[in-house]
Amino acid sequence: MIQAEGLKKRYGETVALAGIDLDVPGGSILGMLGPNGAGKTTAVRILTTLAVPDGGHACVAGFDVVTEAAEVRRNIGVTAQDATLDEMLTGRQNLVMIGRLSGLHRGEARARARELLGEFDLADASDRILKGYSGGMRRRLDLAAGLVTRPPVLFLDEPTTGLDPTSRVRMWGIIRSLVADGVTLLLTTQYLDEADELADAIVVVDHGKVIATGSAAELKTRIGGARLEVTLHAADPAAAGTLAPYVSGAIQVSHDGHRLRAPVTSGDGLATTIVRALDAAGMTVDDVALHQPSLDDVFFALTGRGAPGPGDERDDEGEPARGGEEAVSR
Amino acid sequence: MTALATRLSPAPSRLEALVRQIGNVAVLTGRNLVHIAREPLQLSDVTIQPVLFTALFVYVFGAGVVLPHGGTYASFAVAGMLALNLTTSSMGTAVGLSNDLNGGIIDRFRSLPMWRPAVLVGRSVTDLLTAVLCTFFVLVTGLLVGWRREGSAAGTAGGIALFLLFSYSVSWGCACLGIVSKGPESAQGVGLVILFPLAVVSNALVPTARMPAALRFVADWNPVSAVTAAARQLFGNPNPSAAIDVWPMQHPIVTTLLWSAGMLIVFAPLAAHLFARRTRG
Repeated sequence: MIQAEGLKKRYGETVALAGIDLDVPGGSILGMLGPNGAGKTTAVRILTTLAVPDGGHACVAGFDVVTEAAEVRRNIGVTAQDATLDEMLTGRQNLVMIGRLSGLHRGEARARARELLGEFDLADASDRILKGYSGGMRRRLDLAAGLVTRPPVLFLDEPTTGLDPTSRVRMWGIIRSLVADGVTLLLTTQYLDEADELADAIVVVDHGKVIATGSAAELKTRIGGARLEVTLHAADPAAAGTLAPYVSGAIQVSHDGHRLRAPVTSGDGLATTIVRALDAAGMTVDDVALHQPSLDDVFFALTGRGAPGPGDERDDEGEPARGGEEAVSR
Repeated sequence: MTALATRLSPAPSRLEALVRQIGNVAVLTGRNLVHIAREPLQLSDVTIQPVLFTALFVYVFGAGVVLPHGGTYASFAVAGMLALNLTTSSMGTAVGLSNDLNGGIIDRFRSLPMWRPAVLVGRSVTDLLTAVLCTFFVLVTGLLVGWRREGSAAGTAGGIALFLLFSYSVSWGCACLGIVSKGPESAQGVGLVILFPLAVVSNALVPTARMPAALRFVADWNPVSAVTAAARQLFGNPNPSAAIDVWPMQHPIVTTLLWSAGMLIVFAPLAAHLFARRTRG
């Protein structure tokens, strides 16, 4: 349903996309994961006909995004990162306007607006002006706006950025039910748990390039086994040396020397062995934990950098910012 | 879900396309009117301002201006007030468009299967409607301060129509300005710098006969003078410009029609082009 080959885009000196390939089969969710400025929004803008690529080509619902942009627009719904609704209209007026501009008759547009407002739990706020909406309500309405014509392909650009945890979980539920209806979805996110939670397949994007693809499970296997985390009661310079024989990669030591992390191949009694070894070396162990790898680890393994956490402000350098901050804070 | 999707898909015939385009324009005009209803004060330049200007000019200038061929200042001033208020308020097109283009909503419109220029046309239709309102306020205030039509009803209607046509044409020039400007504030600033002198260096407020030669030349050839003279002639009001021996002042109605057509022919396609370029991405 969504295919892209070698998409390139630069804004002045900044390379936003350095050649991206994508393939999203019908009825599946692709999670595009990457930090701020990785090129996610640019990719979505190209696929939704809002920007023209400098190189490469892409097809959505079987239509070329450049030469058949009008057909593409008939088949997609978009929820952009920035608020793209009319602040001065009510929720209902926004949806009716979008329906009518999409070619629905007045009656159809009204019926569809009522239906969506109900589905998205906005019935009570239908006739309120958007200025009075909370962040979560706004995002739900923005998502509803993308669904007015029941498009077969949906693009959600960071649908939960800036939402509180409850609104996020609610949004996830809505997104899952969409795909249950057979919609094909491309979702960008900088939240690793979100991609893990929702996506059938994940592409990890960094500096305008796809640096890894696969299911969440495949990506996790790629970085090998589990991760060991030991917390010592007191820092000890010999700790890393003591652990070395039992781990399968580099050992990271925290600044204060209390905490050590390393990849391991988990096996019989590994935790016991490690605690005994540390104890024999005269160190007191406060905590020992073996984690299955998270997407965070995948990201670290792929880029050599920590992944941005949910608390980070969105600031897509190199991508056209348009009222971005407002969308998050208002 | 397939029913709706397939119904939207086939390429529409030319007539259907036209109906859709008109529908899109109507929807966006309606949206603009809702904006106005929510914030009626944004209409002050076509409601309060015309009332204030008309009353102030008639009482303050009226005492000092002596018309060369007789007649009261009030009967002279109303056409001039239409010129001043309609010309300066066409800046609203620039501000409104700039607002739309700099907000997130334009991306929503661009991702919809709609006729994109409807954003532009809807704006110009809205501004035509506010121009009608402006005209109403000037004329009502005019009546209160002593203006009367001294020509036929049909002529007066013709004069009003000429003014609306003229201001509609000017608003397409303002549309170009709004599209190329960086934001609503700069659109407003630049618009004022262009439109205010255009409105004032004319026969709108005072007869041009005693202006310095250079200024008088500009005023006599200014399209605002042409539309004002045309309206005075059609309203049957004092029109000192009729005595001025330059072609536009001798043929103000034809001149107004030519200017309006010229501006529409130049500015409408230019605005469409600039708009398409700005929204191409």
